[in-house]
Amino acid sequence: MNDWSRAVSNRAAEDVATPAVTASGNRGLQIEEKLIFEQDSPGRCGVDLVEPPSFRARLGGLERQGAIGLPGLSEPQVVRHFTRLSQKNYAIDSGIYPLGSCTMKHNPRINEKLARLPGFADIHPLQPGSTVPGALALIDTLAHWLKILTGMPAIALSPGAGAHGELCGIMSIRAALEARGERRSRVLVPESAHGTNPATAAACGYGVDPVAGNRRGRVDVTTLKAKLDADVAALMLTNPNTCGLFEDQILEIAAAVHEAGAFFYCDGANFNAIVGRVRPADLGIDCMHLNLHKTFSTPHGGGGPGSGPVALAASLAAYAPLPWLVHGPDGLELVEHKTSQARRAIGRLKGFHGQMGMFVRALAYMMSHGADGLRQVAEDAVLNANYLRVRLENDLSASFPGPCMHEALFDDGFLKDTGITTLDLAKALIDEGYHPMTMYFPLVVHGALLIEPTETESKASLDQFADTLKALAAKARSGDAAGFHASPRWTPRRRLDETAAARKPILRWDPQAVDPEAEG
Amino acid sequence: MRYLPLTDRDRRDMLAAIGVDSIDALFADVPGAARLHDLVDLPTAKGELEVERLISQMASRNVPAGSVPFFVGGGAYRHHIPAAVDHLIQRGEFLTSYTPYQPELAQGTLQYLFEFQTQVALLTGMEVANASLYDGATACAEAVMMANRLTRRGKAVLSGGLHPHYREVCETYARFVGFELAAQDPVPVADEDLAGLLGRDISCIVVQNPDFFGEIRDYSDLARTCHDSGALLVVVVTEILSLGAIRPPGAMGADIVAAEGQSLGNALNFGGPHLGLFASRDKFVRQMPGRLAGQTVDADGRRGWVLTLSTREQHIRREKATSNICTNSGLCALAFTIHLALLGETGLTGLARLNHAAAVTLAERLTRIPGVRLLNRAFFNEFALQLPSPAAAAVDALAEKGVLAGIPLSRLYPDRTELANILLVAVTETVTADAMDRFERAIGEALS
Repeated sequence: MNDWSRAVSNRAAEDVATPAVTASGNRGLQIEEKLIFEQDSPGRCGVDLVEPPSFRARLGGLERQGAIGLPGLSEPQVVRHFTRLSQKNYAIDSGIYPLGSCTMKHNPRINEKLARLPGFADIHPLQPGSTVPGALALIDTLAHWLKILTGMPAIALSPGAGAHGELCGIMSIRAALEARGERRSRVLVPESAHGTNPATAAACGYGVDPVAGNRRGRVDVTTLKAKLDADVAALMLTNPNTCGLFEDQILEIAAAVHEAGAFFYCDGANFNAIVGRVRPADLGIDCMHLNLHKTFSTPHGGGGPGSGPVALAASLAAYAPLPWLVHGPDGLELVEHKTSQARRAIGRLKGFHGQMGMFVRALAYMMSHGADGLRQVAEDAVLNANYLRVRLENDLSASFPGPCMHEALFDDGFLKDTGITTLDLAKALIDEGYHPMTMYFPLVVHGALLIEPTETESKASLDQFADTLKALAAKARSGDAAGFHASPRWTPRRRLDETAAARKPILRWDPQAVDPEAEG
Repeated sequence: MRYLPLTDRDRRDMLAAIGVDSIDALFADVPGAARLHDLVDLPTAKGELEVERLISQMASRNVPAGSVPFFVGGGAYRHHIPAAVDHLIQRGEFLTSYTPYQPELAQGTLQYLFEFQTQVALLTGMEVANASLYDGATACAEAVMMANRLTRRGKAVLSGGLHPHYREVCETYARFVGFELAAQDPVPVADEDLAGLLGRDISCIVVQNPDFFGEIRDYSDLARTCHDSGALLVVVVTEILSLGAIRPPGAMGADIVAAEGQSLGNALNFGGPHLGLFASRDKFVRQMPGRLAGQTVDADGRRGWVLTLSTREQHIRREKATSNICTNSGLCALAFTIHLALLGETGLTGLARLNHAAAVTLAERLTRIPGVRLLNRAFFNEFALQLPSPAAAAVDALAEKGVLAGIPLSRLYPDRTELANILLVAVTETVTADAMDRFERAIGEALS
């Protein structure tokens, strides 16, 4: 088996650093696994279904013609296939996952168990309201916790993830401006912002006006003030920012934004640093999305699903998207249409009522921690990041002086003249058994390395990680560039050719396509 | 606290290593006026047992679909999910991994996304599919915006048979993104003259198949007319299982398919998370929203997978991205892929046949009730019934008797009195003969 996956390039055989090629192509616990389409046996099936009693089809002559092309596998094959695939992944369950700005923290399993209770997982969004009072109560309780933690009076719950929350916020801001009869055309976005910020502003019809940072890694307030005029709809600021720093002039910034008649949007991706210690409302923020899949521990699932509720100030609450959950005479009820009380709502942003499965998990997490535990989360997250910053500051190059918040930013200054890049270092870190930090983001420093350990790492885990990074930095200084360029060596695949993938995209399995390895 | 590994001693040692005497020193950049000195006004920490008790109490106040005769659909369908699906998606390596930005550490995620994209393309009859969007409704809005970009036109026609939530999401995006919509009135099972609305300003026509009222149609002629006019045909599918039985949008000439994939592998979840599917033609791939997994080779020449064509995306392209989407529905896509891998060709077509058979059977039985009329000519597993009285009252009466009968159209179209007597009924393989008996009996009594 697995003849297709054998290493066939001559270059690999010459590379002494490459492990010996095995007969199977496997390497111990690293098992090669074909695509499901390459394991097909027509007629085989992983489910057993009954035959329906005879009936007269009512498909209007539109029956599918010909085969779909789906492969037939039995249940044991499917279980083995996906188990093997899972073993090719790194995960927070396997080790520290220090991706800056991503808040990869432990995902408690009680949250998974509760989200699967039939009373949440097996209820339909359009079954009568009288049959789902507990679901509405859970959403209301979650909203209450988020209101208290943010200090904001309203929560829009339907956005599907952070970027969707950004859309919700900027749309609400535009609706509020239009209600004032104002058509402003620009949104200010610091250069250090996540890509979603400018993409969101542009999607909502605004021009994106970048704001430079200062030498302390914060927004340059003088530059910002110079840009603020009657044409600016909003400032989109991340706080703590993506350099891992608290915007210490934020009150002055908020006052200036409001003075100009604009709104203050905050990207809440980094709320983990301040939860329970700082309420965004007290910073003058009008609108902020919360990534439940970051701060509130719902699993990232290899790329979602997330959930991005948006906290809104009183000035924006009337524009929150549908549905609304309100306290009526008969208890909680959903407002699903632009009725009198919701007549100014921006409308619907998503089908149904939001990411209920994520709400259950996030509430279970918040209730577990409580007011005291959530404050401790922020403190430990900040403590862990600063501990790593100090442990690494003599070996890596810290981009900005002084304490950081929940993540520590380094640039590639320490790799100068070594012939080794941030990417090489990241790939070498993979061989050491770690998921790398965020690379090349934020864009405001050269070759960025952004490290966010989160509060769920132990001191021993941080020490091991720091020791490894220090050793790699020493190795880089010693001139072992070739070793770095050849990494990773111990992963299921070595460095993958992303350029080739983009030049001639192969985006689906095709039985007619020639396997690139068969050509070798 | 059970999720926090640091001990008080660790904290003291670490503060000393950092060179500060208290944690407050690390928050010194927070303006004094914004520092909370006390705990916020929320309950304090709880053990797992207490949390489970409190949240389970909320769950127990709801009526789960599996506990009653259940016929609610309307874009979210209750199907049997094989036990292996949930077992596999809970493997920590899938559940607790991030977006696969470091491909050498995420070949598992990338390979299943490649398999997912292939499955979606095969099922919809399209050439290429992305790695998922939030849900069907947002996928629909993204499809319209992609058609606008491709045609450089700014107005879309929405069929009256489009799911009302999908229409409303499109309307929200249209207002703020800045494009126009010609949304047609919902007239169940009517033949709309959509082609007559085409013109030089129309970027696309959006139809749903089966439509919101369950009706199945052939859109091949409409596709041709769209193309003759320089417009695209967007086909929405809210019950993806239907494609196990009926001709796929690709075979009808669709340019973009926006669909909801919840039916395979994913629970109802009160409406979320669900799974947005998005498929199109190869020639349009560079205007697609969302992530794409692609095949490549590693340094040893071995096949592997990466995220590709990222220059469309916000993290590279910022304000010029095709969409602002970042996090999508990865784990829901995995559940879809596993369920569909278990089903395969035989299982999917068999399951679709079971659904259709059950729906036909129930429709025939219910239309024997005096005053009840089936509106559909052709349908898959959902149909619209005209009742002699308001459907909402019947649904409430049946709910009292422990039968969740379907969706009264008044819930979705409260201002359209002409739809008030129409009930939308979905029937899947999970509906037993006994459940059908109880439904038939209960609705007969409610209407008599």
